Amino acid sequence: MTKNNETQRRPLRSGTQKILGLIFGILFGFLLHKGGATKYDVILGQLLLQDFTVVKIMLSAVVTGMLGIYLMKSRGWVDLYPKGGSIGKSLIGGLIFGVGFAVLGYCPGTISGAIGNGYLDAFTGGLVGILLGAGLFAAVYPGLKVAVLKKGDFGDVTLPQLLKVNPWFVVIPLAILISAFLYWLEIHG
Amino acid sequence: MDCLFDPRWSPYAVGIGIGVLSWLSFLISRKPIACSTSFARTSGMIERLFRGKRVESKAYYREIGLSIDWQWMLVVGIIIGAGFSAAISGDFHLQWTPDLWAAAFGPDPLLRVAVALLGGIILGFGARWAGGCTSGHGISGTLQLALSSWIAALSFFAGGIVTAHLIFKVLA
Repeated sequence: MTKNNETQRRPLRSGTQKILGLIFGILFGFLLHKGGATKYDVILGQLLLQDFTVVKIMLSAVVTGMLGIYLMKSRGWVDLYPKGGSIGKSLIGGLIFGVGFAVLGYCPGTISGAIGNGYLDAFTGGLVGILLGAGLFAAVYPGLKVAVLKKGDFGDVTLPQLLKVNPWFVVIPLAILISAFLYWLEIHG
Repeated sequence: MDCLFDPRWSPYAVGIGIGVLSWLSFLISRKPIACSTSFARTSGMIERLFRGKRVESKAYYREIGLSIDWQWMLVVGIIIGAGFSAAISGDFHLQWTPDLWAAAFGPDPLLRVAVALLGGIILGFGARWAGGCTSGHGISGTLQLALSSWIAALSFFAGGIVTAHLIFKVLA
């Protein structure tokens, strides 16, 4: 299996990309609001395991996205852009993010939606906090990179590459598993 | 088209919509939907306003680049799109303290903003540490089946679920 067969296409002009980014963002924000994901109560409801809206949105997006992206990938229409990671980076960073997620009640995408929705805790404390936190990270990055971020490095491997199988042997079972989980949630939720 | 004016849609309709949107962003812009790097860029650009060009030489800002790009515009778009949806469905309102928070800790905006500031700092720091957020890892990364994203996304929820229970079941 060859890794990340680059499709041969001309890169888009930066101005075109910015307009496309804005359009994708408007559609994404529209959907986030329609899903209720711009609301603190919905996000905390999820983390308190009382309201599974956020998980339902995310998992149905993952199943839909995964099927389409892997189909287009097999036709050579799109490339994959898996992020690199390590235990020190993905696990520890993920847990820190999770603490912030619960204390703030929004994430970087949904806080943008929350600002559009009129939530002032998001627009003041939340937004300023995220900018400060990101700036703080940039300040400690050189030390952290050496000490933690490289620990247990596994690179930008995907699950099919890790298991050394055809991607569809992961995509199809995972789509079925997630769909079954969502069905179970609807019955028992 | 009446549904455009409904304040809430089925989470499955929204999720499938986001999935289809991700097809288009891979196909047209050749980029996965993600948000948190733009906050780091904004932070660097604000710092540059005060401290000048030398900010650009910080190792982290050299890696991500301090410029307005596709993803930065995406984040601006989210504000507009969510605001538009809220406005046309009668759901736009200025509110300092979320209902769930007020029920547990009272309606004082100052306390809520202080906690949001603290949460934001931890979130912004953690997002950069993990190299992505709920969109970049949680949706775009997991749908590509990236190992880093599955570990990160599960950690987001593990950390979030424990902390939310501490706040609302122990502290409150």
